[in-house]
Amino acid sequence: MNVGGLNLRGLLVVLLCGALFGFGLALSTMVQPEVVLGFLRFEDWGLMLVMGGAVVVTLLAYQLAPRLLRRPLFGERFHAHVANWNRDTLAGAALFGVGWGLSGVCPGPAIAGLGTGNWALLWALAGIALGALAQGLRARS
Amino acid sequence: MDTLNTLFPFGWQHYLMGGLVIGSGVALLFVLTGLVGGMSSVFSSTWSFVSRAPHFQQTRFTSSRIWRLVYAAGLMLGALLWWLWLGDGQPQRTEVPVGLLLLGGFFVGYGARLGNGCTSGHGICGLGSLQWPSLLAVLTFMGTAFLTANLVAWWLA
Repeated sequence: MNVGGLNLRGLLVVLLCGALFGFGLALSTMVQPEVVLGFLRFEDWGLMLVMGGAVVVTLLAYQLAPRLLRRPLFGERFHAHVANWNRDTLAGAALFGVGWGLSGVCPGPAIAGLGTGNWALLWALAGIALGALAQGLRARS
Repeated sequence: MDTLNTLFPFGWQHYLMGGLVIGSGVALLFVLTGLVGGMSSVFSSTWSFVSRAPHFQQTRFTSSRIWRLVYAAGLMLGALLWWLWLGDGQPQRTEVPVGLLLLGGFFVGYGARLGNGCTSGHGICGLGSLQWPSLLAVLTFMGTAFLTANLVAWWLA
């Protein structure tokens, strides 16, 4: 089986990397909406450390890996995250922030939080899925 | 010491460790598979299984929908392992009202997909690849999130 350039072994690697991500989200307590809302209300600055720690490690990998390796061990090439700044990015980011401030939930923690038995997050997941559906149906391409 | 307690009333070590582990997951995914692992795309790519709408049938979604679902399953698995190992045996719960979870979730989903990224996509992957549009996106959603969360707290008080 080959999906998106990944064989089964590659998919297992994806699963394990996702597990690290999810473990970190739970360890940092960011899976709890209350912790996120506390940060957004300036009661606790911990999320700056979560974001800072994650960005530093990722930055090192993103900068070094393509220089040191010809290609990834389990993939065909190094992909790039291309971000554009336009009206959609501005409006989308602004709306995302409103939703994040209302609920204390964003995509990663909403998914990972199910692993800690927090079933109420299914409501947030349903909302996110519906929001993504509405956006995709309205989009021109 | 007092400043530390004021900024981090619940301690700071678990935040930093958690962030480093999150970063390791995203970093290893890139080093081993070459993939950029933001989380919000899975909510669009998964719709490509059921919706014929042209937006969802773009190659970037149809070609990534399998690994993105596997990645999402990994997130749940990792959090479950944390819960079994370090949790207190009780399922976690939230006091945030269902209506706010649903409505907030809707804006999160719509906004993240319109703006092409969320806390992990723009925040971790975008900043990690030194993209200035991602920095602007992060500053924008931080701004509206601070504003919204404080307005809600003030309104509910």
